[in-house]
Amino acid sequence: MAAARTAGRPRRTRGSKGDGPVAYLFMTPWLIGMAGLTLGPMLASLYLSFTDYNLFTAPEWVGLDNYRQMLADDQFRQASKVTGVYVLLATPLKLGAALAVAMMLVQRRRGIGLYRSAFYAPSLIGASVGVAIVWRALFSDGGVQDSALGAVGLDTGGWIGNPDYSLLMLVLLAIWQFGAPMVIFMAGLMQVPTELYEAAEVDGAGPWRRFRRITVPMISPVIFFNLLLETIHAFQVFASAYVISTGDGRPAGSTLLYTLHLYRRAFTDFRMGYASAMAWTLLVVVGLITVLMFRVSRTRVHYAGEDDR
Amino acid sequence: MATRSSGPRRGLGAVAWHLSMLAGLALVLYPLLWLVASSLKPSGEIVGDLELIPESPTAANYGSAMEGIGRVPAWTFFLNSLVLSSGAVVGMLLSCTITAYALGRMRFRGRGVMFAAMIATLLLPFHVMLIPQYIVFQRLDLVDTYIPLLIGKFLAADAFFVFLFVQFLRGIPRELDQAARIDGAGHWRTFWNVLLPLMRPALITGSIFTFIWTWNDFLGPLIYLNSPDQYPLPLALKLYIDQQEFSDYGAMIAMSVLSLVPVGLFFLAFQRFLVGGIATSGIKG
Repeated sequence: MAAARTAGRPRRTRGSKGDGPVAYLFMTPWLIGMAGLTLGPMLASLYLSFTDYNLFTAPEWVGLDNYRQMLADDQFRQASKVTGVYVLLATPLKLGAALAVAMMLVQRRRGIGLYRSAFYAPSLIGASVGVAIVWRALFSDGGVQDSALGAVGLDTGGWIGNPDYSLLMLVLLAIWQFGAPMVIFMAGLMQVPTELYEAAEVDGAGPWRRFRRITVPMISPVIFFNLLLETIHAFQVFASAYVISTGDGRPAGSTLLYTLHLYRRAFTDFRMGYASAMAWTLLVVVGLITVLMFRVSRTRVHYAGEDDR
Repeated sequence: MATRSSGPRRGLGAVAWHLSMLAGLALVLYPLLWLVASSLKPSGEIVGDLELIPESPTAANYGSAMEGIGRVPAWTFFLNSLVLSSGAVVGMLLSCTITAYALGRMRFRGRGVMFAAMIATLLLPFHVMLIPQYIVFQRLDLVDTYIPLLIGKFLAADAFFVFLFVQFLRGIPRELDQAARIDGAGHWRTFWNVLLPLMRPALITGSIFTFIWTWNDFLGPLIYLNSPDQYPLPLALKLYIDQQEFSDYGAMIAMSVLSLVPVGLFFLAFQRFLVGGIATSGIKG
């Protein structure tokens, strides 16, 4: 990461005093937060994950029991499956929509700023309860989608009430928020030199080849960035699933996202140890995916200017 | 800046482009337009009605929404949301700016490690901290107060904004603060009098995002707040959902609109900062 590279700069001042104590004074709030709100709790939840703890009696060491129980817990398996499907569908589809619209919007046209803002707007409010309520109203039994399809003779019922479609409605809500990655894609697309496309066009490359051979490699750092952040983000979606499933993953557990299950185990069943084990499992999975993506990016991501160095 | 098309094409191409963009826009904005339109329909006629123009517009839903729910008037929820979001903005500004100044402009042992740790927290699922944090705040008897929801903002726990500010500082020439140092200004004065005013655009971007994210936050308040008179708007909406059989559907829809209006206004007023802020820092909305 470029950021990490620059962070090593102060070495040239070795010998001079540096900013020592004053700097730590500036860093104090962050250091307190890091110790008290991040590292401490992380270690605590690792410890708790090996215990039975219900908030009211002292934690009791149970070794790997929580992890074993997870494997036997049908709801845990359901939640993992639902979340896996959700992440695998929502992330690529959202990014696909974002890239497609971004490519339309980097053309020089009248009113581009207006379109850009309007497409961006949903991603500011998409995670809110208000929008989840709209989604319920649109896709529940007797809702807008149900009566629209009913009017043309298709009696499907509301998709949110149907276990086969309900998760797809959450995916749709994720896709609807494509605006934020779109803006990042646009910034990347603006940097691609126009001459590359002109040269390729002269050489007879069609639109698909130009996309595959120029656009994708040139914006690969942005693709990587969006993919990483959106994947991690998708694992943590909570409010919309909570509202759309009225808090319990209905119908038939089809919208029981991992975070929803974790929340219920912790704050309705008060099984803090078990929920901590779930949280650490999530951390490990997300961590592995992050490492894997960084690995793949080393061969697949092209950083402009790196070849000249 | 280079653009993709080879010059502004006129005629058919432009028409087709605008038509497809407008079609996309209609699709994307339909849910929001439907929400606003429905809030103006009589409560019994909302469900399953596709129309975007109410036949006989009425403000009745807003009337009953303002009466509130669970014996708490609506303005209390608004006030709570406002207190939480403003508090979050103040905390974020105080803590993230000094952290960014130290990481971006000062030299000290461990800076590289701290910077890397800060970046790493960007990728950390917050669920790993959730339960122990809850246990600690519960022990300290701070549940049902705003402290657990705000303390992280005052301790620069939002690494996104530290990163945004560090990135922004990189774009400000170091000669400026060196000149200030030569004139005898210490770090505090360099930070406060020289750099902070120059960081204004980034500060605005960060403030708006903090405000909106806190305004929309659901999980935090859900876990920490128990008394309805402490609830911010997202939890007030949850009350409507919980009591759907007994409560007024139209009022819930109107309340949803009201909960989104401040975000909408912020967006209209500051869209340039938001869209620009994301493009430079990669913050997602």
